[in-house]
Amino acid sequence: MLRLEARPEPSRRMMFASPLIAALAMLITGSILFSLLGQEPLHAFYVYFIKPASTVYGVGELLLKATPLTLCGVGLALGFRASVWNIGADGQLTMGAIAAACVALYFHDSEAGWILPLMLVAGALGGMAWAAIPALLRTRFNTSEILVSLMLVYVAHLYLSYLVHGPLRDPAGFNFPQSKVFQDAAMLPLLVEGLRTNVAFLLSLITVAAAWFFCTRTFAGYRMQVSGMAPAAAAYAGFSEKRNVWLAFMISGALAGLAGVGEVAGPIGQLQPSVSPGYGFAAIIVAYVGRLHPLGVLLAALLMSLLYIGGEAAQMEMQLPSAITGLFQGLLLFYLLAADLFIHYRFKRSMRTVSGAVAA
Amino acid sequence: MNLEHLIPLLIPFLASTAGAATPLVLAALGELITERAGVLNLGIEGMMLVGAVAGFAVTLHTGYASVGLLAAMAAGMGAALIFAFLVLTLQANQVATGLALTLFGVGLSAFVGRGLVGQTVLPLPHLHFPVLSDLPFFGPLLFRFDAMVYGSVLLSILIGWVLTSTRLGLIIRAIGESPRSAHAIGYPVIAIRYGATLFGGAIAGLAGAYLSLALTPMWVEGMSAGRGWIALALVVFATWKPHRVMLGAYLFGGVTVLQFHGQGFGLDVPSEFLSMLPYLATIVVLVIICRNPQTILLNKPMSLGQSFRADQ
Repeated sequence: MLRLEARPEPSRRMMFASPLIAALAMLITGSILFSLLGQEPLHAFYVYFIKPASTVYGVGELLLKATPLTLCGVGLALGFRASVWNIGADGQLTMGAIAAACVALYFHDSEAGWILPLMLVAGALGGMAWAAIPALLRTRFNTSEILVSLMLVYVAHLYLSYLVHGPLRDPAGFNFPQSKVFQDAAMLPLLVEGLRTNVAFLLSLITVAAAWFFCTRTFAGYRMQVSGMAPAAAAYAGFSEKRNVWLAFMISGALAGLAGVGEVAGPIGQLQPSVSPGYGFAAIIVAYVGRLHPLGVLLAALLMSLLYIGGEAAQMEMQLPSAITGLFQGLLLFYLLAADLFIHYRFKRSMRTVSGAVAA
Repeated sequence: MNLEHLIPLLIPFLASTAGAATPLVLAALGELITERAGVLNLGIEGMMLVGAVAGFAVTLHTGYASVGLLAAMAAGMGAALIFAFLVLTLQANQVATGLALTLFGVGLSAFVGRGLVGQTVLPLPHLHFPVLSDLPFFGPLLFRFDAMVYGSVLLSILIGWVLTSTRLGLIIRAIGESPRSAHAIGYPVIAIRYGATLFGGAIAGLAGAYLSLALTPMWVEGMSAGRGWIALALVVFATWKPHRVMLGAYLFGGVTVLQFHGQGFGLDVPSEFLSMLPYLATIVVLVIICRNPQTILLNKPMSLGQSFRADQ
């Protein structure tokens, strides 16, 4: 009989293997699902996971969608490392997008070069302001940051809906709930002509590098990690929990806000009733699959981005429901959490079946 | 505005409060039992959605709402079983797994429900008690709801009684407070936690089905709209006590329906701002309750959110 046994030390090998196992399990489940839906599994697999990324344009789309996922995911990962649970990145992203859009629309007649930098600053500040609420309530009133940050997602979405139906609606837009289209000076420059990928992707790469430096080379990053892994030790060493909460929320809020700028000043180009297909929530999965490590987050964001564009391709080519993307995302995280068991435990053949059964 | 004008407005407002409160009562009661056993399940939203789509689909196909409700409970339970297996057997982090359950439930329900959008079923019938339902004022206010409204009230009384006055309740609470001691005395900690989690899932599924079979008798993607999270907040607001869950849920129900009656009361505010109220109210209420750390410390199950393994 097989029995679980605690490893003397967490397995590093399993830690890196676990996301791969999870991705593999997700692909296998996906193939089964495809055949249940009456599709030829190999063909569906090809259309969903390989074809979208096999053209130059497809790779551009992959990087485009990986950008907000990376930005949000890196921020969340920093917080999760310190056991600070910001799950409201989607709201912070939305507020960042709104703040940047306000700048663009206020200076709509201007094509000055400072508009875009100002939008980036406004977006980061918008995200930070929204993230400051759960941080303040957690540090001041001991309120669960999980619930507060999540509630604020709904509030941010409703606020955006109010803006595009009311004050920021384009007067010449035939009553569609959307703002004016941004002027050229308010749009992020494209990286390569013909692709939609813009400089926000470079920004996300810089963020990954900066976050890696922060985590491994700074004292503040070290403090956050200790607080997450050993709260008692952190308290004994005098590391302030409040400072960690603030730091985690400010960083993740700013990055989510920037992700919002990247959307409205990038592929969207205006304010619409929705500026994110749930990037802020998918970023939670990205953070975990990326092992809460900045470089891992980048890889996980690419995988998650593939799920998004694969879902779109499957919808167009095979009339598969787009909801399948959300299903894959959830499955991926489930499989990862299950596979993570083997970081700390391993199977052992047990002779003592009776005592083993009691212990289990 | 004088009272004469207010009463005709007030009755539908108060009556629809019960409808909005019932799914919150159910979901929060289920989570309360789960948390009392020491398990924090952040996946209520996901379980509600799975229940909502299962209940609606089965009712649509069989024509029986009762079968639909059973299916919703089974679906919620199935979702909770995934969570329980990961958290209780595989020792996964409860916060992360709960989030995964919500994300999974959102995706799964949208996937399963794609063919159901736009269809409708008959809403759960409203009961009619002889004499009582025809009373002026009190009739529409208290005696004309569907069975689930009364059922949820009874359930909260029942759960309160089980927790405080029965052996089973004592065991659940003991396991939530100190799983190690409970294990030492010989109680099956993991099995009881499985039971509490599955119960929570079944009730959350029922809460979801109330949305798709009674409140708005149709299926809409993501129709729980954060109610699962509000239910989580309600458990904290109620300091883990069933009768206070009722109170909180009806309070929130009132805030939720205010957006539909706001104009009638003469509130001239854009509808989006009225729709924000339940979420903002959740935050305010959490702040009020959590402001005093002792309230939480005294009432929260001590082992909430922590894994337990018997052989360590």
